[in-house]
Amino acid sequence: MKNTEIIEKINEFLIEEFEVEPAKILPGANLKDTLELDSLDYIDLVVVIESNLGFKVKPEDFQGIISFQDFYDYVLPRVHSKALV
Amino acid sequence: MQRVVITGMGIYSCIGKNLTEVRDSLFQGRSGIVLDPVRKAFGYRSGLTGFVERPNLKGLLDRRARITLPEQGEFAYIATVEALKQAAIDPDWLDQHIFGVLYGNDSSAKPVIEAIDIMREKKDTMLVGSGSVFQTMNSTVTMNLATIFKLKGVNFTISAACASGSHAIGLGYHFIKTGLQEGIICGGAQETGHYSMGNFDALSAFSTHELEPTRASRPFDRNRDGLIPSGGAATVILESLEAALKRGAPILGEVIGYGFSSNGAHISNPTVEGPVRALHMALQDAGLTAADVDYINAHATSTPAGDTSEAKAIHEVFGSVKPFVSSTKSMTGHECWMAGASEIVYSTLMMGNSFIAPNINFENPDEDSAKLNIVKTSIEKDINVFLSNSFGFGGTNSSLIVRKWKNLRL
Repeated sequence: MKNTEIIEKINEFLIEEFEVEPAKILPGANLKDTLELDSLDYIDLVVVIESNLGFKVKPEDFQGIISFQDFYDYVLPRVHSKALV
Repeated sequence: MQRVVITGMGIYSCIGKNLTEVRDSLFQGRSGIVLDPVRKAFGYRSGLTGFVERPNLKGLLDRRARITLPEQGEFAYIATVEALKQAAIDPDWLDQHIFGVLYGNDSSAKPVIEAIDIMREKKDTMLVGSGSVFQTMNSTVTMNLATIFKLKGVNFTISAACASGSHAIGLGYHFIKTGLQEGIICGGAQETGHYSMGNFDALSAFSTHELEPTRASRPFDRNRDGLIPSGGAATVILESLEAALKRGAPILGEVIGYGFSSNGAHISNPTVEGPVRALHMALQDAGLTAADVDYINAHATSTPAGDTSEAKAIHEVFGSVKPFVSSTKSMTGHECWMAGASEIVYSTLMMGNSFIAPNINFENPDEDSAKLNIVKTSIEKDINVFLSNSFGFGGTNSSLIVRKWKNLRL
């Protein structure tokens, strides 16, 4: 799967789960503010990543993620390494 | 002591999704019972149930509020919105006053089972998501309502089996009567999913009259063969008379008596003595005699033993005056944790519209029900005082008495 396709899929499940306007999702936008994430919502972010992309993450992994681009950069190599397995 | 009045009601049930629909169903004697094939496939002895459609709350509540609500919490939310609207209470007013919530609920099976299934499969507790724990706890309804409506007063759940909703109103009545609170959202909620009633079905307590679902619930009839589970939610807004008058609230009725007791006997078999003590206590609390009660909304669930015991209890206390009696469970099925609250709503609707809803499917009495004045078809009748019975597993009993407020019309 190409990176653009993976990013499209990520955006789709974030829009669906967190009920955000699609136009607000921009690579440079702040992930927490745009999705209106509180402390509980990071648990649901773990759930949607597992159910849509098939790998588990830890909430603490999100600490360095500020923008959507940071999120894509975190997710993409993990999707690719999973595909290799 | 404060006088305690009802200023709003809301209902979401198998015989209607609001007060108007439910009033009409009650008057027409319409049953909400269906045969659910999912239950049969799941191994239920009886597939009969009250059918309650799950509401779509998207657009009404934000995501965070929705994902912590189980089915019965959604029902309770809808019923509470209707009740607050009738009581002319808006969110801003609630935010500025001390208002409580006391609600009956005694299970939340579906979220528990679904969460455990995920944990078994994924071996990772986090994958149940953030809403799960708030859906699984018995206090799910009160924790959600208190959060949604920003309530700042008393806040806890009453779990007392099939008397939960009635005790919730009884406790609310006492909190206000004694001056601890000015207003409380009271009620009862009951989940309806097929996960929720399997172990009750296991006791052979449910009717297997599956060929005619709407005729299966037949309280007091000599051919009754068991109850039919049902659900939804009912909300009753209680306020002190002083507070209600001060803000010009509509007054639908006055709660004047609450009697309670425990059988101190078998965990599921009923007694006559326990309910009799609750009935006497309610009458004494209200300062009334048996002759003052115009209508009794019976607990009668359509089980052979339960209806017989209640008929004996009613006859012992009211036999000399024979007030009208009906069990609305003949139409709704047994709304369990919700029933004590919903039956206050049903009876208050009857009182406000001057009719008594029928005990449908009551065709032939047995030895004990023949001694009662059971209403077979709707009758027009001014009700000044009604009494509502609720009994539950473990021998918990509750009787509430409500009096008409002046020239009430609903």
